Amino acid sequence: MLDSIVFVFENMPLLLKGALVAVEITVLSILLGMVVGLLVAILRLYGPKPIQKFMKLYEWVLRGLPILVILFIIYFGLPSVGLNIPAFISAVLGLGLRSSAYQAQIYRGAIQSIGVEQVEAGLSIGMNRTKTMLYVIVPQAIRLSLPGFTNEFTIVLKDSPLAYALGIAELLKQGRNIIVTSFKPFTIYLTCAIIYFLLFHFFYYLFRKIAEKYEVPGYIMSKKS
Amino acid sequence: MEFFNAFAKYIPAFIDGLWITVELTLISAVVGFVVAVPLVLSVLYGNKFFKGIAKSFISVVRGTPLLVQLFFVYYGLPAAGLNLTPFQAALIGFILNSAAYQAEYMKGGFLSLTTEQMDAAYSIGLTKWESIRYIIFPQAFRFSIPALSNEMIYLIKYTSIAYIIQVEELFAQAKYFASDTFFHLEIFLLIGIIYLILVYGVTFASDWLEDKLHISGFDVSH
Amino acid sequence: MSLLQLKNIKKSFGSNQVLDGVSFDVTKGDVIVIIGPSGTGKSTLLRCVNMLNPPDSGNVIVDGTDLTQKGVNLSKERQKIGMVFQHFALFTHLRAIENVAIGIKKVRKMNEKEAHEKAMYELERVGLADHKDKYPAELSGGQKQRVGIARALAMDPLLMLFDEPTSALDPELIGEVLTVMKNLAEEGMTMLCVTHEMGFAKSVSNEIIFMEEGNIVEMGSPKKMFENPDHDRTQSFLHKISELYGGE
Repeated sequence: MLDSIVFVFENMPLLLKGALVAVEITVLSILLGMVVGLLVAILRLYGPKPIQKFMKLYEWVLRGLPILVILFIIYFGLPSVGLNIPAFISAVLGLGLRSSAYQAQIYRGAIQSIGVEQVEAGLSIGMNRTKTMLYVIVPQAIRLSLPGFTNEFTIVLKDSPLAYALGIAELLKQGRNIIVTSFKPFTIYLTCAIIYFLLFHFFYYLFRKIAEKYEVPGYIMSKKS
Repeated sequence: MEFFNAFAKYIPAFIDGLWITVELTLISAVVGFVVAVPLVLSVLYGNKFFKGIAKSFISVVRGTPLLVQLFFVYYGLPAAGLNLTPFQAALIGFILNSAAYQAEYMKGGFLSLTTEQMDAAYSIGLTKWESIRYIIFPQAFRFSIPALSNEMIYLIKYTSIAYIIQVEELFAQAKYFASDTFFHLEIFLLIGIIYLILVYGVTFASDWLEDKLHISGFDVSH
Repeated sequence: MSLLQLKNIKKSFGSNQVLDGVSFDVTKGDVIVIIGPSGTGKSTLLRCVNMLNPPDSGNVIVDGTDLTQKGVNLSKERQKIGMVFQHFALFTHLRAIENVAIGIKKVRKMNEKEAHEKAMYELERVGLADHKDKYPAELSGGQKQRVGIARALAMDPLLMLFDEPTSALDPELIGEVLTVMKNLAEEGMTMLCVTHEMGFAKSVSNEIIFMEEGNIVEMGSPKKMFENPDHDRTQSFLHKISELYGGE
């Protein structure tokens, strides 16, 4: 038992390197998902009808496809049409675009649950549409999206090991590399699991703290006035 | 197109793969449910010991990636003496994973019932476990149906991960096809369409089921 | 000179003709109460004045500017009109004082200190200075509505629109809002109110407009409308409303 622990410590640098890659992939994918997701949500709420329909299709497809299929289309499939995207970027693109479909739903739901009256009140004191969006809608929408967003973050974190299938040296692959030479799969995979578990809880705690900071009394309960 | 010619030759393999996907999905969903029930009951109604074990299990499974769990079962357990075929390992991994998530979804269903229901059950003389069995559980289950059907859809998509531990399900067949024939883009697009049909077919069916099982006034929490 | 002129306002929603040619003028200092059965278009009329629901045809002239014309800067013109909503419509993510200050800060571009002072002034005016740091969810209905009034007043409007301000309140909270409105009227604010509060109408307003089915049936001083109206319909409606909502 003791030499297992020693073994783990010896290989920690390598594993932590992999953990860093996992976090990089997660954060970049989530950011991509945020930008695209917001765009899709706004287009679907306020865009012209054909665009709305297209956005609906976009969400529908990206939420129905397995993530591996998305990743493989990007990394293995696109070269057929001349588009050679490196593995890391393919992973971020795949995870990010899929996340954008889920995030679009979250943002759409948040914006829609803010009553029309809030916009009217903004207009009635002389704000134009932009100011109303910026100072009334967005601050509320951000708070309403936080739970869904936190959830989505953990989902992407837990799917990041799939980048392994594209050959990326994230945590799981590093683990495998170690095992191939040392033959201690049980210990190493257990350690990988523990590291992910810790990462998961770290981010969960982080978002919790952020939510508490911006919490406003009565928010989750009622949106009426 | 040459693609469709090549594909035609592989159809038997794809059907085998599809069958494995379906098996994995259904067995994991159903057995996962069976395992989830004692889990959720332990968390909500069990004594300290069982509650602790159940809570820890759920927390660990939901806090770690599915792929890591599969690797642990397939590559890790043999070191402890347990040798499993890819399919068996995948099955165990998915069952345990699904059980943890289903337990959590059902917990939501249980919690949305008020204590009044238990009170009413006690007042007509039912014991704790009888109350749970005849009054609480049937209602909680109905509340959980949407989440459970989501879980089924999740499984359809994520069985593709079993490819990584050498299970020859639908996605694996696509990869083999691509490696042999180099029609990467075409086959993954096609397989994507097949998954979409599966996923939205189940969505449609479960909406229909939910309609049929609907008791008017039921969604209003009492 | 009329502060507000409404000329032949027509508005329909689908096949429903909600406003069928409504016209009247409002002079500075007027306190006008609009009454009528539900669905008569009273609220719609009010929302035409600040163009939240622009009329299909007709003119809305505020302080000499016709808001229905193209090219009018509506945001700018709306600063002259304050609106108080039935369901308060307070910005839920902001404290009371921030709700009142946000208009003057972001639209009038006042600096922090001045905006804060002005906001405090308005909150004191409605009797809520002590609650300045509370969030809407922490306030009672009557308090929320008074903050709504302060928010509208902060923009120094020429005209205040009240859209059933007390309809969503518990009975014992109505009084505090009506008191604020009464004080405003006595200070000379021009007010256009849609309400069922007959006591307010009788004692505070100088004109009552009775609408039905998208048209003005009759308008006149409270004394005339209550004691000696021209139309039977006016009399029967006022009688019924007074019974329900208290006329004294």
